[in-house]
Amino acid sequence: MLYFLMQPWPWWFSGLILAFIMFLLLFFGNSFGFSANLRTICSIGGAGKRVKFFDFDWKKQTWNLVFLVGAILGGYITSEFLSNPDQAVAISENTIKDLGALGFAAPTSIQPAELFAFEAIFTLKGFLILAFGGLLVGFGARYAGGCTSGHAISGLADLQLPSLIAVVGFFIGGLIMTFGIFPLIF
Amino acid sequence: MKFIKYLIVGALFGIVMSKSEAISWYRIQEMFRFQAFHMYGIIGVAVVTSAIIVALIKKFKIRDMAGNPILFYPKNKSTARYLIGGILFGLGWALSGACPGPMVVNIGYGFMSFGVIFIFALLGTFLYGVVKDKIPH
Repeated sequence: MLYFLMQPWPWWFSGLILAFIMFLLLFFGNSFGFSANLRTICSIGGAGKRVKFFDFDWKKQTWNLVFLVGAILGGYITSEFLSNPDQAVAISENTIKDLGALGFAAPTSIQPAELFAFEAIFTLKGFLILAFGGLLVGFGARYAGGCTSGHAISGLADLQLPSLIAVVGFFIGGLIMTFGIFPLIF
Repeated sequence: MKFIKYLIVGALFGIVMSKSEAISWYRIQEMFRFQAFHMYGIIGVAVVTSAIIVALIKKFKIRDMAGNPILFYPKNKSTARYLIGGILFGLGWALSGACPGPMVVNIGYGFMSFGVIFIFALLGTFLYGVVKDKIPH
């Protein structure tokens, strides 16, 4: 059991737990949609005084903020107690080769140091990658009315066409970045 | 105390996203390059199982813990906002390797650089609020 918990979890197990989380949030009287928290935090920061979009009763979203704090805690628990230190992500050989051609070393942990080491924040290129990545995700999630949890899981589970369109968009954007823009910036 | 259950479910989310490596930039790259089944397996099982749960909730009119009916609201019909918004989101997802949930899970995991991504995601959300009425929906 402990051995199982310490290894990376299989995809089917993780998929089932995500569905269970979606069900629990419905059972609690809410619904799974993580990026709504970004809007809520803007409102708490006072954005509602200047921009109407942020002028709403954010206290109704308190549960979601608590969920966010839980998610941070979950990441901490995993890195401290539930993983073997520096376990390399076992991505496919083809991906290692493709990323190698762009200048990325084969994985030695869960994230590439080239992009996410603390020092990367203080290089111009490193900072711009983090900044643009965040900006696009934040803007795009609200424009599309949801992110991976709200559209790809909650929305598709309810067989909603708008969510399917959004997920197709996620992939068009991801493919443009991966095959069109990565060769130019890496 | 009524919020403690959300803390626990949130922690479960953080743990499962970490343990399945869905918070890893490498896994997102592998997905967008169609070079492994892993991420498709996670999302596929989650969607199919969730769809069955939603169908059962509707069929048997299952209520939530407070006894209220569980309702699903159809999203507004549109193509432009979902497609354009989705594409912008996808560009950022592939670049940073993180959607909003995994961003904060990564912060908890110890990657402070994701704090920068998160702050700019807030800024992106704010910018959307500013230009909302001037862009197609």
